[in-house]
Amino acid sequence: MTERPRLAVVGAGPAGLAAALTAAARGVRVLLVDAADQAGGQFYRQPAAGLGARRPHAPHHRWRTWERLRTGLERHRAAGRITHLTDHHVWCVAGESGSGGFTVYALRGPGQEEGVTVRADAVLLATGGYERVLPFPGWTLPGVVTAGGAQAMLKGQLVLPGRTAVVAGTGPLLLPVATGLAAAGAQVAALVESAGPAALSRRLPALAAQPGTLAEGAGYAARLLRHGVRVLPRHTVLAAHGTERLEAVTVAALDRTGRPRPGTARRVRCDTLAVGHGLLPHTDLAETLGCALSGTAVRVDAEQRTDVPGVWAAGEATGVGGATLALAEGRIAGQSAAARLYGTAPDPRRWAAADRTRARARAFAAALDSVYAPPAGWAERLPDETVVCRCEEVTAGRVCEAVGTLGAGDARTVKLLTRAGMGWCQGRMCGPAVAGLTGCPLDPGRRPFARPVPLGVLAGLPDTE
Amino acid sequence: MAGAACALYAARAGLEVRVVDRGAVAGGTTGAGEGNLLVSDKEPGPELRLALLSARLWAGLAQELGAAVEYEPKGGLVVASAPGALAALRDLAARQRSAGVTAVPVAADRLPDLEPYLAPGMAGGVHYPQDAQVMPALAAAHLLRASGARLHPGHTVTGVLRGADGMVYGVRTDRGDIHAPAVVNAAGVRGGELAALAGIRLPVLPRRGFVLVTEPLPRRVRHKVYAADYVADVASDSAGLRASPVVEGTAAGPVLIGATRERVGFDRSLSLRAVRALAAGAVGLFPFLRQVRALRTYAGFRPYLPDHLPAIGPDPRVPGLFHACGHEGAGIGLAPATGLLIARALTGKAPELDLTPFRPERFDTQGGNDGESP
Ligand SMILES: Cc1cc2nc3c(=O)[nH]c(=O)nc-3n(C[C@H](O)[C@H](O)[C@H](O)COP(=O)(O)OP(=O)(O)OC[C@H]3O[C@@H](n4cnc5c(N)ncnc54)[C@H](O)[C@@H]3O)c2cc1C
Ligand SMILES: Cc1cc2nc3c(=O)[nH]c(=O)nc-3n(C[C@H](O)[C@H](O)[C@H](O)COP(=O)(O)OP(=O)(O)OC[C@H]3O[C@@H](n4cnc5c(N)ncnc54)[C@H](O)[C@@H]3O)c2cc1C
Repeated sequence: MTERPRLAVVGAGPAGLAAALTAAARGVRVLLVDAADQAGGQFYRQPAAGLGARRPHAPHHRWRTWERLRTGLERHRAAGRITHLTDHHVWCVAGESGSGGFTVYALRGPGQEEGVTVRADAVLLATGGYERVLPFPGWTLPGVVTAGGAQAMLKGQLVLPGRTAVVAGTGPLLLPVATGLAAAGAQVAALVESAGPAALSRRLPALAAQPGTLAEGAGYAARLLRHGVRVLPRHTVLAAHGTERLEAVTVAALDRTGRPRPGTARRVRCDTLAVGHGLLPHTDLAETLGCALSGTAVRVDAEQRTDVPGVWAAGEATGVGGATLALAEGRIAGQSAAARLYGTAPDPRRWAAADRTRARARAFAAALDSVYAPPAGWAERLPDETVVCRCEEVTAGRVCEAVGTLGAGDARTVKLLTRAGMGWCQGRMCGPAVAGLTGCPLDPGRRPFARPVPLGVLAGLPDTE
Repeated sequence: MAGAACALYAARAGLEVRVVDRGAVAGGTTGAGEGNLLVSDKEPGPELRLALLSARLWAGLAQELGAAVEYEPKGGLVVASAPGALAALRDLAARQRSAGVTAVPVAADRLPDLEPYLAPGMAGGVHYPQDAQVMPALAAAHLLRASGARLHPGHTVTGVLRGADGMVYGVRTDRGDIHAPAVVNAAGVRGGELAALAGIRLPVLPRRGFVLVTEPLPRRVRHKVYAADYVADVASDSAGLRASPVVEGTAAGPVLIGATRERVGFDRSLSLRAVRALAAGAVGLFPFLRQVRALRTYAGFRPYLPDHLPAIGPDPRVPGLFHACGHEGAGIGLAPATGLLIARALTGKAPELDLTPFRPERFDTQGGNDGESP
């Protein structure tokens, strides 16, 4: 049997799909492994099949790109070039000593209890990102959801998280979330963005190089206006209030230095607060494979290769930049991986268009990054009793005590002394807050298990490396 | 941990203490291990004497520091699955008893009274009420705070300062010199490197260990439970993977399963082989753990010396230099006794127990009996 080389792609979002289709088209056998029950990732999230939605694409734009990806996937699947393993949660990818190949370890089934292993000659990590949420008093009340969570509910389950919503935080994702909620019939009382409008226009040169996205932004603005959503730039949510669940939020204006302006605080009634402070890349699988990171993202070269031979990465995992960037990176990674799996050096001319898109989108993402920032001094304003780590119920006060009187100068020591970050989410949620309170840069940290693994699955692994 | 204990007892002996560390508190092996304070796993001999002294000191420290260090005198339960192993275990227990350890044989049908979720079919066990536990990072941080010593975190020692007469007068760090008439080497697994800075040889080597941590659970594991093979693993000279685990519940909820023993240098990368072995051992002892999820795993490097005993006391080769390192897999347990013995030596008082087996220069005289070279 002449075996075609096998590439495991982890993540079936825009990046993973683009990579899988590209590599499959060049004769590689692709194993597309994803935790969701359908392809699409964050951006093209599909309503659950059982919901029988008549117009599943209603909350989407860029529908045509998605249709191309979806029909491409169907075609390659039917031809046996792509195997799509849905509902497979990857907890580890390990290099095999000797063979140079890789084993992908996943959990399957409703309770993620069944262990599955998949072998491949190379891996491509397209695991996307997760939301950064910074704590504030009241953020643990029922009714406070992440911006992405609200979006996922809309896209995936076609349900509204609440009736009167406030969308708050910082970053370009707040716009689609607010318009999505409004279009679905929620009353959006306000869009509270801590960045200022002027900051955006000063970056106009970089933005102008990205006509598509600008138009998209303008489109959102028009839609918000149409739905009567109040946009409050340079504002922040100081606190969420409620006894059993969320009833209102306090919103205040920020001064030029990013601090709340005295006398501007006011209450806004709402039953839902969708809050987000940007995205962070998923780096766990890459880190355990030994890939170098740069900042909080997986480091890649011009071909989207990590520094570990046989491991590629694309999309949000290598830096947050939106779906267009993810698609371009996925195409480049797929080309490179396919060529190298057949033992040839790839020809960069094959991806010249994707390369241009990638350069533009990265410049745009960098510009956005410098515009959108959480309000200055948010960490110092956090009251001692506010819970920072929800899993282990660690308060801001305990973190500050560890830093102040026990001599912890970094997030790892804070974790050891307070348990912040040791719980179920392994610090994905509280990491940015702990870093802020400790006064050190966010360290992506080590999570050898990207998902919690039943001991029975670990005990049943074959007795080899 | 060793440095924190030395600081505490030296300060209490009236000395002014400074603690220099290239990282933060508990940034070394102490922050990457577990906090079992065991007498049960030790053969009668110098290490057991150190452990018994430490067990008493820990109980006293726990009274002072209260819940802050999460001290739990929960006791250990060693179980044997087969009659042969049980006989060996009972024999060890008898010898330990004559060395001062409380070791109570438990018949097979009494095991469920102590551990209701233990796998059925065990041949029997031994209960060790003196075994206890602390949370190591908290213990180090609180001992340091209680010492009142001045901390110099983020200072890497790059040299040992010695006068014309050979006497030590301080250390050189990357951020300036710190003067002191006595220097204690509590650099853990880097203790050999620190000794080398003073021009002497102390063959401290790393022995890697992985620990598995589960999701938080209501308490189902009451003691420190381990299989009788564990003692053989601890004493083993093998470089290969040894993995009979100690299973224990913690105050915070998760069950800790640790730890493997492997000599692979300073390789921190995940070993699925090691975690597989830990999981298999734990599930063998407590079948209910099969469905329980491991949230994380971490690795640390035990500082070990070829004869598995620490180096404690003054170094005759370098007057003014003292050693408190090389405690291998027992450095948390042995820390208070180490600190006390160092404080005695620093103030010229007679030690509580014979320091001869822990002499730091012992590897020079034994001529190439190091097991392996660093
Ligand atoms: C709320 C929200 C709104 C957004 N709105 C816009 C917008 O309007 N415009 C825009 O350009 N971008 C938007 N984005 C960003 C866009 O979604 C991302 O840029 C894009 O989805 C990134 O693609 P990706 O393929 O890198 O990752 P994703 O789309 O996140 O896909 C990653 C996939 O990997 C899978 N995965 C991750 N880890 C594992 C694992 N361990 N095992 C198995 N599978 C795993 C996930 O299930 C997921 O399917 C938005 C993002 C969010 C969260
Ligand atoms: C997986 C595992 C499980 C374990 N379980 C237990 C257990 O249950 N019970 C138990 O008692 N023990 C256990 N141990 C062993 C225990 O953790 C160690 O023996 C103990 O932590 C050693 O403490 P230490 O202070 O000597 O070393 P460390 O904690 O490593 O401290 C040494 C310090 O010296 C600093 N340092 C080194 N070089 C320099 C330099 N040049 N300049 C400045 N600073 C320097 C380091 O930064 C470090 O902070 C376990 C170990 C492991 C790995």
